Amino acid sequence: MKTNKQDTTELVIEGASCASCVGKIETALKNINGVNRAEMNLALQTVSVDGSVATDVLIKAIEAVGYKAKSTNDASDDELLDEKEIADQKYYSGLMNKVWIALGLGIPMMLYGMLGGPMTVETNLERVVWLFIGVLCAGIMYFSGKHFYVGAWKSLVNHNANMDTLIALGTGTAWLYSMIVVLFPMALPEMARHVYFEATAMIIGLINLGLALEVKAKGRTSEAIKRLIGLQEKTARVVRDNKEIDIAIEQVLLNDIVRIRPGGKIPVDGIVMQGHSTIDESMLTGEPMPVEKVTGDKVVAGTLNKSGSILFKATHIGKDTALAQIINMVKRAQNSKPPIGRLADVIAAYFVPTIMIISIASALIWLNWGPDPTVAFAVISATTVLIIACPCALGLATPMSVMVGIGKAAEAGVLIRNGEALQTASKITSMILDKTGTITEGAPKVTDVVIADDSYTENQILTTLASLEKGSEHPLAQAIVDSAVERKLELGEVSDFQAITGMGVQANIDDKHLLFGNKKLMLTNEVALNDYVSQAQDLADEAKTPMYFAINKKLVAIVAVADPIKQDSIAAIKRLQMSGIQVVMITGDNSATANAVAKKVGISQVYSEVLPEDKSRKVAELQAQGEIVGMTGDGINDAPALALANVGFAIGTGTDVAIESADITLMRGSLHGLADAIAISKATLSNIKQNLFGAFIYNAAGVPLAAGVLYPFFGILLNPVIAGAAMAFSSLTVVSNANRLRLFKAKDH
Amino acid sequence: MMIINIVGFLFIGLIVWWFWLYKPAETEATKENRIKVVVNNGIYQPARIKVKAGTPALIEFVREDTSPCGAMVLFPDFEISEELSLKQSKLIELPAMVAGEYPFHCQMQMYKGLLIVE
Repeated sequence: MKTNKQDTTELVIEGASCASCVGKIETALKNINGVNRAEMNLALQTVSVDGSVATDVLIKAIEAVGYKAKSTNDASDDELLDEKEIADQKYYSGLMNKVWIALGLGIPMMLYGMLGGPMTVETNLERVVWLFIGVLCAGIMYFSGKHFYVGAWKSLVNHNANMDTLIALGTGTAWLYSMIVVLFPMALPEMARHVYFEATAMIIGLINLGLALEVKAKGRTSEAIKRLIGLQEKTARVVRDNKEIDIAIEQVLLNDIVRIRPGGKIPVDGIVMQGHSTIDESMLTGEPMPVEKVTGDKVVAGTLNKSGSILFKATHIGKDTALAQIINMVKRAQNSKPPIGRLADVIAAYFVPTIMIISIASALIWLNWGPDPTVAFAVISATTVLIIACPCALGLATPMSVMVGIGKAAEAGVLIRNGEALQTASKITSMILDKTGTITEGAPKVTDVVIADDSYTENQILTTLASLEKGSEHPLAQAIVDSAVERKLELGEVSDFQAITGMGVQANIDDKHLLFGNKKLMLTNEVALNDYVSQAQDLADEAKTPMYFAINKKLVAIVAVADPIKQDSIAAIKRLQMSGIQVVMITGDNSATANAVAKKVGISQVYSEVLPEDKSRKVAELQAQGEIVGMTGDGINDAPALALANVGFAIGTGTDVAIESADITLMRGSLHGLADAIAISKATLSNIKQNLFGAFIYNAAGVPLAAGVLYPFFGILLNPVIAGAAMAFSSLTVVSNANRLRLFKAKDH
Repeated sequence: MMIINIVGFLFIGLIVWWFWLYKPAETEATKENRIKVVVNNGIYQPARIKVKAGTPALIEFVREDTSPCGAMVLFPDFEISEELSLKQSKLIELPAMVAGEYPFHCQMQMYKGLLIVE
């Protein structure tokens, strides 16, 4: 389910305090041309405006009646990111201060204990010293651990439990027990008069350290999105009132004429009105070759103008540019969960209360059946169980890898819609490729001109043929005209043009009689073909359509037209097959052409002469055979098949892609994107599995160990400080492992 | 010892009841189907929110919590995930929904809330 986009602007109002203010503000807004609705919520101090009016116009109108206003969503992605970085940095330094203070007390105490110093309360002097340390420790709990206790309390009263709950309970228990030992030593057996202040201080210090390092590591997982956001230009040079002015990107309006100079970045999406240039779109599509742009071509925000100066008309601005939509989609996808993470989610939801129960049960077991001093053992095991359990590692395992994996894919020009598509893509066993536009370029081109009469040059032949065919709407005729235009040939006029159904065309030009068509046309007109028939057959075997051209009943040339196979289709298909995927070709074309193309690209399974509506049936057939089917098509004709397939891949050339139409969108035409998408999915999934495995094993082994299951056999009981360190670094390990994915490289191609 | 055991079991019972069985009251949306949720001290306040079915709902999140854990809110059922900036309000528009319960939470599910659509 997706939200519908609306032209609603939300503004926050300052200074409105009464019902009459509401009326004033609403009237001021409604008086603006283009505002359909303006409703103020006095309680929330916000106003919601429907209509197609720029935000700054609305703000000015509100300011004119004496109030201040700002947009709720007005910060650009760039600003949000900067803000987030500043906030994260501040949070990091705050945490590090807490770390030093806590460890400053914890480490000396721990060393004292490790070097044989008594951590027990036997004499009055020891009581005084430990009381002093206990109070100091309380100070540390307040300064370095206040956020855990406040968080724990707030969640508790809201019937919720989280990591804070565990830390607060664990460290609180250790401190409280130690204080009882200090204040009322006589209440406990002599062997149990042991203090654990060092555990409290060390655990608080270590967990804060883990959190701080995690903030740093997490920052790196969002590098891909940062790079995309960084592509957004901040200013634009627009032509207004015949003058070129530089304005902030937010102020660019639809249909503004924007000037881009060489080396400039395209600020908004548009259509070239004047000039020509080459534009580097690699940052969005992964396509390394710059694309030539002339009048009428689309340009996309975030891409780089290489050579010429152009003027273009803004067609999409703000949140509607392809770049903004890509950023949005990547962001959304990065936070979606693949099904593999669901079990961890279910566990995470019950985790903390379960750990609390295990902690109590463990304490009871020690108290009932443990050796002396039972109280001390019970406290240690209860505390250690609370401290070692790490819900964060479980919670982080999936989202961190998804974040890096989807970002990595975006860098390669592959947009993955959500975590589910990512997971399914890694399991594809069969890949159906549409022929036209997917394996091939999608536009027929003249591939061969075999000259039979040396008195004509190739250009002369193409000029004559293009003049002959320019009135025809046949796609093959179009290929010939395109080829002449590409060579900048000047076309002439023909007379007596006649299309002969099923055979070809004939016409006259400069007293010459032209025949252009198939073998039948030539034979009917008694044109001698000699051994050119076999040459034509050779071309047909290569999936080309050969046509004979005769002037005054003498064969002049054979011209072959074909939809050429994309340069890297063969290599990309091989990559797919090497990774164990069965590749199937599907096409509406006749079987001769289909088989020839399939043979060339190394596909053995071909469905030819398939009507568009039957493509989805083929997907279903494969699925019925137990295959997990990926379908790759252009996203328009193939929509039903794309939707039915386990994963639909829409292939686009350039940035003109329907992002919402498929599970995975390939921003460039190359099928390597397909192999990349699958390779990244596989790498991400295995990363998630490693993380989940690590997190499960950590908790499954750590909690019983902390409860003391090894004690009856080996006399081993975990120290709470070790548990604190393990807990602090378990989630860091998960984040770091996810970061490893950043180094992933799809195979060279 | 008996007493300690009983107290221990009572505590376990209390945990089960407090965290799993007890359902706290919901906060209802305004008549415009809009509601404000403050993110602070590791929780959403209110955490159980009720909106009307069949019409889009607006949820305004205000993040007061400096912890990065509070920086993201997810509505997995609607494929919505939004970044929350510190000390700023963020409006999340939810589509018209069918009646049911839809959880929302932070990335790690440590901050949890429930959206009740009726």
